[in-house]
Amino acid sequence: MASHTDRKAPRIEAVKLEKRFGHIHAVRGIDLEVPAGQVLGFLGPNGAGKSTTMRMITGFLEPSSGRVKLEGIDIAEDPIAAKRTFGYLPEGAPAYPDMTVEEFLAFIAAARGFSGRDAKDRVERAIGRVNLQGVRRQAFETLSKGYKRRTGLAQALLHDPGILILDEPTDGLDPNQKFEVRELIKELGGDRAIVLSTHILEEVEAVCTRAVVINKGGIVFDGTPAEMEARAPRDVTKNRMDAAFRAMTTGDVADAAAARTKGGRR
Amino acid sequence: MSTTSAQPRSALALSALARITVVFRREFRSYFQTPLAAVFLVIFLFLAGLFAFNIGGFYERNQADLRPFFQFHPWLYVFLVPAVSMRLWAEERRTGTIELIMTLPFGAADLVIGKFLAAWAFTTVALSLTFPMWITVSWLGNPDHGTIFVAYLASALLAGAFLAVGAFLSALTKNQVIAFVLCAVACFVLLLAGFPAVLDFIRGWAPRGAVEGLASTSALTHYESMMRGVIDLRDVLYFVLVMAAFLVLNVFAIDWKKSD
Repeated sequence: MASHTDRKAPRIEAVKLEKRFGHIHAVRGIDLEVPAGQVLGFLGPNGAGKSTTMRMITGFLEPSSGRVKLEGIDIAEDPIAAKRTFGYLPEGAPAYPDMTVEEFLAFIAAARGFSGRDAKDRVERAIGRVNLQGVRRQAFETLSKGYKRRTGLAQALLHDPGILILDEPTDGLDPNQKFEVRELIKELGGDRAIVLSTHILEEVEAVCTRAVVINKGGIVFDGTPAEMEARAPRDVTKNRMDAAFRAMTTGDVADAAAARTKGGRR
Repeated sequence: MSTTSAQPRSALALSALARITVVFRREFRSYFQTPLAAVFLVIFLFLAGLFAFNIGGFYERNQADLRPFFQFHPWLYVFLVPAVSMRLWAEERRTGTIELIMTLPFGAADLVIGKFLAAWAFTTVALSLTFPMWITVSWLGNPDHGTIFVAYLASALLAGAFLAVGAFLSALTKNQVIAFVLCAVACFVLLLAGFPAVLDFIRGWAPRGAVEGLASTSALTHYESMMRGVIDLRDVLYFVLVMAAFLVLNVFAIDWKKSD
């Protein structure tokens, strides 16, 4: 998979993604290309279409129009092959409540095609990577929010994919856990394509090499975190990322489109 | 946090059968991770016995067969099968795990078939635990073992058909109680179409062909025909077709309702 494809070819390629739910136009023509080595912070207010976009990239939702390719495989044409290429942490990090962490990860290993020793090794490594040793025999429903999130991360990392799609990976973690997960993402980012959504803008500065802001279903900013910060009004000195975010997402779509043409997009 | 490994990237390809097996094993085990399995097995075995002995007159008939035992299975299944099928999809949607399994390298059909087979295997385990009935009747007299075997087959097929209906209905809702009620009603209707009282009522005014047509859509007609010990291909085909039709509907239903 990853090793067979051209290193420069985008791992994730989304073209003109649109999603309508009845009369609600949730995503309006999103284009996204993510090459290996990029950690993309996907930002936007609640309801802007972040999760919907991630769900279309992972094949959970079918786009109303547009296409998605993962490591060159079109997800509409060969969904099963495309789904092998990525690890995905869905919003809220769902897992089976009655299963223990170990059982759950063993199921994921089986679903990813590993068996016997290989499967055991994968589970062990995933547990080690996100420090789940202490709760490995606990039922998922009895875990704290932080451990649930980490189990979700372990699940996404288990098959060592070239693409990681993480919907709010640090939500519900305490500051120490957030730090650990950020370090992990930075470490993983080296040769993977990572898309993570978050509401924490300092996180974007800390781990992301690229920031994409969406508002009302469309991209309003696409650039480096530094470029994003530069978009804050001049007079703002503190929390400049927050100010930039507010400037981009509180205007209406016309303003945002106008702002987009002014620069920042690459 | 350990460093990245040198192992090959990405997941391995699995055959359709292997994928279904993975889904089946998780689902089948899940019955035994909750009290559901124990509660279901105890109630099924208790009621199957109670109906056979108290209402069916198992001893009083003085016949070495299991008719009084099998004749109540359809009515038992009307409310016990929904208890098994209601959680199949409704639970996945409630906990959000549907998003997880549908973004793992499975096809929708793998999930539908794997889950259905697990539920069916579970009700078949429950059914097979009634084997002491067979032993008892063999010990008391000389039953026709062929008839009993076919009746067991009929009972398993009936449970399978009901489960397929219930799995489909479970995919339509997040609410397990609604899934239960819908399934119980649907199974009841499937039985009722072949119930003598209903057929007699229609016979008064409808043409003969219509009455027979209605009866042939009923699971009860086909079940009772098999219960007599005759394997008629049409009866087996009926159950297989009901299962296949609802499994196909199930695939459409999860695609349609998964993100609600």
